[in-house]
Amino acid sequence: MSDPSSIGLAKTPVPPRLALWNITKRYPGVVANDKVSLSVAPGEIHAVLGENGAGKSTLMKIIYGATHADEGHLLWNGKEVHIANPAEARHLGIGMVFQHFQLFETLSVVENIALVLEGKFDLKALAIRVKEVSEKYGLPLDPYRMVHSLSVGERQRVEIVRCLLQNPQLLILDEPTSVLTPQAVRSLFGTLRQLASEGVSILYISHKLHEIQELCDRATVMRGGRVTGEANPKEETSASLARMMIGRELPVCVSPAFEGEAKPVLEVKGLSYANDDPFCSSLFDISLCLQSGEVLGIAGISGNGQAELLAALSGEQLSASECVLLEGQPVGHLDAGRRRDQGLAFVPEERLGRGAVPSMSLAENTVLTAHRQAGLSRYGLLNYGAAREFAKRCIERFDVRCPGVGAAARSLSGGNLQKFIVGREIMQAPRVMIVAQPTWGVDVGASAALRQTLIDISRSGVGVLVISEELEELFEICDRIAVLAGGRLSEAQPKAQTDAEQIGLLMAGSQQQAA
Amino acid sequence: MHLLEPRANSSQLMRWAGPPIAILLTLLAASALFAILDKPPLQAFYVFFIEPLETANGWSELALKASPLILIAQGLALGFRARVYNIGAEGQLLMGAVFASGVAIYTDGLNAWWILPMMILAGALGGALWGSLSAWLKTHFNADETLTTLMLTYVATYVLSYLVSGPWRDPGGTNFPQSIMFGESAMFEPLFDGLRLNSSIFITIVAVPLFWLFVSRSFRAYQLAVGGLAPAAARYAGFSARSGVWISLVISGLTAGLAGAMEAAGPVGQLTLSLSPGYGYAAIIVAWVGRLHPIGIVLSGLLLALIYLGGEAAQVSMQLPSAISWLFQGMLLFFLLGVDVFVDYRFRRRRDKRLMSSEEGANA
Amino acid sequence: MIDSIIPILVATLAAATPLIFAGLGELVAEKSGVINLGVEGMMLIGAVAGFAGALSWGTSVGLMFGAVAGALAALPFAFLTLSLGANQSASGLATTIFGIGLSAFIGQFFVSQGLPGMKPYAIPLLSSIPLLGPVFFTQTPVVYLAYLLYAMLAWMLAKTRWGLILRAVGESPEAAHAIGYPVLAIRYGAVCFGGAMAGLGGAYLSTIYTPLWVQNMVAGRGWISVALVVFAAWKPTRLMLGACLFGGMTILQLQAQGFGVAVPSQLLSAIPYVATILVLMVISRDRKKLQLNLPASLGKPFVPGE
Repeated sequence: MSDPSSIGLAKTPVPPRLALWNITKRYPGVVANDKVSLSVAPGEIHAVLGENGAGKSTLMKIIYGATHADEGHLLWNGKEVHIANPAEARHLGIGMVFQHFQLFETLSVVENIALVLEGKFDLKALAIRVKEVSEKYGLPLDPYRMVHSLSVGERQRVEIVRCLLQNPQLLILDEPTSVLTPQAVRSLFGTLRQLASEGVSILYISHKLHEIQELCDRATVMRGGRVTGEANPKEETSASLARMMIGRELPVCVSPAFEGEAKPVLEVKGLSYANDDPFCSSLFDISLCLQSGEVLGIAGISGNGQAELLAALSGEQLSASECVLLEGQPVGHLDAGRRRDQGLAFVPEERLGRGAVPSMSLAENTVLTAHRQAGLSRYGLLNYGAAREFAKRCIERFDVRCPGVGAAARSLSGGNLQKFIVGREIMQAPRVMIVAQPTWGVDVGASAALRQTLIDISRSGVGVLVISEELEELFEICDRIAVLAGGRLSEAQPKAQTDAEQIGLLMAGSQQQAA
Repeated sequence: MHLLEPRANSSQLMRWAGPPIAILLTLLAASALFAILDKPPLQAFYVFFIEPLETANGWSELALKASPLILIAQGLALGFRARVYNIGAEGQLLMGAVFASGVAIYTDGLNAWWILPMMILAGALGGALWGSLSAWLKTHFNADETLTTLMLTYVATYVLSYLVSGPWRDPGGTNFPQSIMFGESAMFEPLFDGLRLNSSIFITIVAVPLFWLFVSRSFRAYQLAVGGLAPAAARYAGFSARSGVWISLVISGLTAGLAGAMEAAGPVGQLTLSLSPGYGYAAIIVAWVGRLHPIGIVLSGLLLALIYLGGEAAQVSMQLPSAISWLFQGMLLFFLLGVDVFVDYRFRRRRDKRLMSSEEGANA
Repeated sequence: MIDSIIPILVATLAAATPLIFAGLGELVAEKSGVINLGVEGMMLIGAVAGFAGALSWGTSVGLMFGAVAGALAALPFAFLTLSLGANQSASGLATTIFGIGLSAFIGQFFVSQGLPGMKPYAIPLLSSIPLLGPVFFTQTPVVYLAYLLYAMLAWMLAKTRWGLILRAVGESPEAAHAIGYPVLAIRYGAVCFGGAMAGLGGAYLSTIYTPLWVQNMVAGRGWISVALVVFAAWKPTRLMLGACLFGGMTILQLQAQGFGVAVPSQLLSAIPYVATILVLMVISRDRKKLQLNLPASLGKPFVPGE
């Protein structure tokens, strides 16, 4: 590979739709892409596989013109191009479906789509085209709905239709299934295969091995910013792909049986909440019972009442006192601080800005919830020495990699900050621990450690409630699983008596009701 | 177009070097201005910054002006940390002066020891009440405190104007809108013969260490800071946003009200329309330039007081309008806000790996 | 009866005009997600620049001076908050303090000078409509300019791609950036437009409304304009109504003083400011409605990740 124009040419008589050669991109302190090369043929579904932080998203941003490579070449249909910005990428025929949807909540579907299209500004005509295209590809949409009123699945349809209206030759999808039910994933795959058969190339970015094996023709595997292999995923095993992706076998958690006496530690009875924020959801008659010694999982896609349920459980949102019971005591009327006094710990989904103050040091962040611990505060004055000591123990016990207790929270990687927050809560000896999206955006090693920590703490007699979008994660660590969809919570099922298919139906069933 | 990238850890160097750099930049801009006006910059600087300090009277005036500025800024800084933007300290100061003057006017002729303490209390109460109005509007009606504190400043101005031209006008005086001159027991005692500096400065001297202790060690101040830096984290921890608003506005109103009482019962000695030369606004700048830090505020308060004195001197000896001190205050705040950004950010650099890694090491 | 009301309504519109300019300008800036508390300062700078221009080259040139000076006065704010990502509230405040100082400094040369002002111009046909004609169409041309500005903005925000882009940037600068819009450039434009309109409003005050230079002559109108934008729920039509309401309040208070109402004049003068507070109370109370209209990114600095 000494000459950029030679890539791919040997394999196919037509030039590849897209070829990357030795793409390098550096950020302060980290090389995000190190001499990455790959090529995608017309009509090919090509996977880019790698765990969080492998450099996949940076690579896609380079292709979409959202950032620029420091070195390397990019060939489009055989010709070298420099993509200055996303508008140029769209001109060439590159469309992108973002992992975090880039949509405008207070604008309608058609307005959102108009923002990426050029030509005459005519919303009426565009609405008709939106309807046509969305129906052709099995992605039904009402062009005049406001985006904030759409379900997550519908929002993804907006993103896809927005790309399709530009007649793309290459469609990039960044972790598109992280918010979809198993059934919706199948329908998405149908759409993608239809597109591929029409000659559209697809770059499919994911860390989910089984999806890639099901959908993709070829896979480029990345780790630490480098390409570690190229393979036909259908010919590989999960284990061999995992080795390429993380350099070893996928770690597995161990769940021993709980040996103590199981007592209800957290009960929710008939909790309803009518939300008056137009951008949020409501809760309807939620009941659940969490036992000591178990991990209870709540599956479901964010936006179905997850944030509201968490706020009601943590005490950030108050309810009638009898709606929430902590070890039999009514606490619905108590605020977050006072529930914590009674042994409830909570790890929120947003680590920076909610679980920790970004610009404060780890020692200062300790005080946020642990101030009630002995010695941290007296007569209204804080003892920062004790806080540093606490933070130091937390860092050691939970293997938080950081320069020290003085490091700002925002300087830590997602996984290490999560370990710190989880550790800070565990060290307050809670009776109930609620964790939202425990491993969101965390690398495989830290994820495994975090999951094992949650199982271990439950086996010490704590009730652990996990709310997560990742079904695999829930099946790995939970004893029972319930589904929150459309603001309603299903009956929790023992893990052995259910499967992803059934959970998926529950997620989708009520989702349609809500939409 | 955006020139910066975040630092991994805040730069301690920039945190402390920021204000001096901003002052330096302001001086440079000022020299340019003087040059344009055909005034020799060196002479101007002499008039502005050296001349006022050549006499004992100058030092007395400096302390007299710095004292209310520092006191008000301590209160404001508390709120600014919590992102509660009280920009109406001027109005709270005026109400403090009105309340304190009320005591003096209704006890006129009496000669009792308790009159001055009563005035101090009344001043604090008046300012705190005026501030708590905005707190009430914020917590009950969600009305933006920036706008309400400022609107209430205009209202306070008119209340003052009504009082001194109506019910409280000096009956024995000319038709000027001003109250009677206060009696001796309604005044702070001068500390030195022939100088205006008075015993009210002890209020500030006591307040500074109290604020320092509160800000650096108290759990309450920590809660306020979290509320300002990350409101969601404050909710998560169970810190009340409402009490943050109340504390911020009541305390900053209280300090401003105290300053109003100190002015009325100090150098002014009566209630007049021109009671405050804009101390309430200047204190905002004092708070920012002092990094919202109790000790930093002492230094910046002295600096702003010097700018005030310099402005007066320049008016006399260089025929420059006194508005020039507002101009300098605005510039100083501009430069400081600009420099401030570099505590948490740095200029975006082209990929110089060696430099990056050495810098990371230095920060860590 | 009508004869005595018409002059009051005419004066109301004239008093509302500076609020309309400054308010619509601030509305555009806030739609893009930037809250500029420097309106008062920019109006003052516009007022003094307008006065200077009008003194030498006539009123229309003065108005242009005002607009340009206002836009320039917005530049330091824009640089701080956009290019450096500094705190918007504090930077706006700095703009106001700077504006008070600069205008007083320059204005010292104009104290006690007068200007001819601008004559009203009755628009043929329109001005002969009963009641409405004399009220709306016998004004100075600058008032007509305010109508025009309103109509253009209302149309642009609702019907054009430009309006859509502006709303999108204010709603989610991250998303706008991701799909390739130059968020900072758009915000620079919006902030400078806001400055120009504030400057124009200030120049109108000093060259036509008063027409005199008096130190601090804007007297809180800049702050009232900021409050008006909240009152208007970021909608141009409601902003017009709000501006007229406040214009009316100013005129009524003056009239009341003239009629010898038994309330001290100082307390009457405080009415517009008290009214602003009352309006803020009523409007802000309904958080739900406020949230639906509020540009979601308002006041938050946007630092584009590369």
